[in-house]
Amino acid sequence: MNWTWFHKWGSPKWFYQISGRWLPWLSAAAVLLIATGVVWGLAFAPPDYQQGNSFRIIYIHVPAAMLAQSCYVLLAVAGLVGLVWKMKIADVALQSAAPIGAWMTAIALLTGAIWGKPTWGSWWVWDARLTSMLILLFLYFGVIALGNAISNRDSAAKACAVLALVGVVNIPIIKYSVEWWNTLHQGATFKITERPAMPAEMWLPLLLMVLGFYCFFGAVLLMRMRLEVLKREARASWVKEEVAKQIEQGGVR
Amino acid sequence: MSFASFSEFLAMGHHGLYVWTAYGISLAVLALNVALPLLSRRRYLQEEARRLRRESQK
Repeated sequence: MNWTWFHKWGSPKWFYQISGRWLPWLSAAAVLLIATGVVWGLAFAPPDYQQGNSFRIIYIHVPAAMLAQSCYVLLAVAGLVGLVWKMKIADVALQSAAPIGAWMTAIALLTGAIWGKPTWGSWWVWDARLTSMLILLFLYFGVIALGNAISNRDSAAKACAVLALVGVVNIPIIKYSVEWWNTLHQGATFKITERPAMPAEMWLPLLLMVLGFYCFFGAVLLMRMRLEVLKREARASWVKEEVAKQIEQGGVR
Repeated sequence: MSFASFSEFLAMGHHGLYVWTAYGISLAVLALNVALPLLSRRRYLQEEARRLRRESQK
């Protein structure tokens, strides 16, 4: 296998240039997918035969919850790469992704509560799925707080990587919580092995929203990472040139 | 189209308040996640511009 693609990630300059090319495409895809998905899901998808129109919350709840979990897996993978190969960009990714993941977890919890009220008759129940998602939010807070509390960059990176790796045990617990324990929460909407148990006009907009949320995540993650790279590499000559160019172009005073 | 009129669309069959609050909060959070990195980038460039000006005056 050819490993040059992996070594390229060791160069902040390469990352900055390639991400600058990806960013407009990711942003455009996110806007298009989310706009189409929202209009389709809110106005055109048929109402659920049991839940009526409250089920339309699914179009933000499920994408946000999936992203919240994927983002934590990304944190753990970045942590592992950072610990094993001492790759600097891995810590940049970890620190930049954590706040976005926390926000996505918050969206999933809030929209879940709002959906639970008309469906279950309660905003919150101490049920396995809900509780493990709340733990995920606290894990994100832990990573963010740890990253801010340690001023030495290398120590902070190591501590956050370890916490991300230990916390990843929560992800399968979230995933299988609806199967292992009795729960009010419904089962998985999408499974890799089966067709969704809903008509296409219901799950197609959901698929668009999921893809849209992933593109959105990619775009805002790159925005945060690019700024972080500029800050950390501030002494490199290519960064000085880039910052001077950005100041000139943006008319920043 | 799943609704007969615009007022029915807004009502969401008695679930309007829940659906619109959920979408409103989520949209606000998404917007915030775009605004935060843009603002911090702007702040950083302003700081750097000020530092460069200070250094060129010396």
